[in-house]
Amino acid sequence: MPGEEEFPRFQFSFRGGKMQRRFPNKVLPYLLVSPSIVVVIIFLVIPTIQSLYMSFFRVSPFGDRLIFVKLYNFTKLFKSTDYVHSLLITLVFAAAVVALGITIGLLISVVLNQRLKGLNYYRTLFIWTYAISPAVAGTIWALMFDPSSGPIVYIIKTLFNVKLNWMMNGNLALVIVIIAASWKMLGYNIIFFLAGLQTIPEELLEAASIDGASSVRKFFKITLPLLSPTTFFLLIMNMLYAFFQVFGLIDIMTKGGPGNATEVLVYKLYRDGFINLDTGFASAQSVVLFVFVAILTALQFKYAERRVFYG
Amino acid sequence: MLVVIIFPVYYAFTMSTFNSKEAYSFPPRFLPSTHIWENYKTAWTTVNMGRLIFNSSFISVTVALAKIGLSIMAAFAFTYFGEFKGKFFFFTTILITHMLPLPIRIVPTYDLMRSFGWINTYYALTIPFFASATGTLLFRQLFLTVPPSLSDAARIDGAGPMRFLVNVLIPLSKTNIGALFLIEFTYMWNVYLWPMIITNSNNMRVVQIGIKMLLASEAQAADWNIIMAGTILAMLPPLLVLLIFQKTIMEGFSLKEEK
Repeated sequence: MPGEEEFPRFQFSFRGGKMQRRFPNKVLPYLLVSPSIVVVIIFLVIPTIQSLYMSFFRVSPFGDRLIFVKLYNFTKLFKSTDYVHSLLITLVFAAAVVALGITIGLLISVVLNQRLKGLNYYRTLFIWTYAISPAVAGTIWALMFDPSSGPIVYIIKTLFNVKLNWMMNGNLALVIVIIAASWKMLGYNIIFFLAGLQTIPEELLEAASIDGASSVRKFFKITLPLLSPTTFFLLIMNMLYAFFQVFGLIDIMTKGGPGNATEVLVYKLYRDGFINLDTGFASAQSVVLFVFVAILTALQFKYAERRVFYG
Repeated sequence: MLVVIIFPVYYAFTMSTFNSKEAYSFPPRFLPSTHIWENYKTAWTTVNMGRLIFNSSFISVTVALAKIGLSIMAAFAFTYFGEFKGKFFFFTTILITHMLPLPIRIVPTYDLMRSFGWINTYYALTIPFFASATGTLLFRQLFLTVPPSLSDAARIDGAGPMRFLVNVLIPLSKTNIGALFLIEFTYMWNVYLWPMIITNSNNMRVVQIGIKMLLASEAQAADWNIIMAGTILAMLPPLLVLLIFQKTIMEGFSLKEEK
């Protein structure tokens, strides 16, 4: 919703603005900020507080009143094998999506950066793939891995004589949603890596070549350290994406299945909140998710400005 | 290497040109066939695609414009009026939207919509999205780089703040407005979970949910050629917006690099 899912989060700084630029007007600034503030408070802040509040309650069996249950929902959460499973799946999923998306994205960017011709066309292409929705990405990859006629299933069958069927195999299903989810972020990662690569001074790499450094060595000793602010930024963005934006992809591809092999936290939350109608339990899950956002956002704010490779 | 990125999209398109026999041939075909027109027509009528595209376009344009407008206003307040009481509070409140993704407040927000009677309305699909931390930061950043001499000159000429905003700052912000429009349009075009829970009438559904409906409509075995025709249709509008704003956006994307 507002804010959090708009992808390019622009890095910003609090510096600047010391100089005088002011209109003497006491009322206008309040009028100008009020629309944003009203929207944020009504639709974001208050519901979040309600989520927290509800996590300490249970709806009575007749659904007519709330019963205060202290930490019951949270103990229930961590005693639930389904929930702990979902938590673990999410961590595996997020780690794999981030690792895949960033490594392959970096690889493609480095190769592209060497032949700059037509970079602008490529960039348009990447922005477009960034614009592909998680639901569309999920549909396309469901086609690629279609058990009876998908091209990848076909290739694997010809090469290894193995017939993949992810409708039956939970681990395979998890691998495939990971592939689909990281593919969707490739364009985004490449855009930012290319921008980062452009800022690395040519002379530095040339000097290293003269000293006889191999391309691999240059990559690890110069390019990678200098790219670390970009990499860190992308790490956070990909992580947030893997946690919060994959609902459509999962819903289209697996609905959390087979069994609950791909039931990531957001999907479980949806199920408990809107299908099982267990409001208190769902709210406790929301609170846990909030802890994840808080950690990721804090990291982002803490390091967004510092050039990471110095320390 | 680029094959990794392009091939799935290419194959999705190719699939949308097959008839159902070609769609299920094994080994699969990799060259386009000729059934493009009928597949798109079938996809279009199966899920009332015209209406879905209208809904998605309407909410995406509305939200993008509202986010741009509201964040320009807020950024202007934060940069051109010195210190005013509550400024820090307002600023953090807007920033905090970054920390409150839908899943952490989904049940109460849904209940709120119900109590407003907003289920199945454009209100629910647009208004809760109107604030933008990204936009506010972006415009604030930009306004801070505008030389103060400009606002001094405006003041000396007797131009009020709103005139300065409309005649000077907004024209200076064209690049950012273009980039932000693409980002927000795409973002709204792609939302899935919220429309899924907040609408249930076919008239109020959006394109993303249309894909899900196509997947479900053919009972057991999905007809890939039809589904892919719908999927390709769902991918086109963001591309259109991208092509329209291309030049602006290229500049916009390099903007994020810190100077």
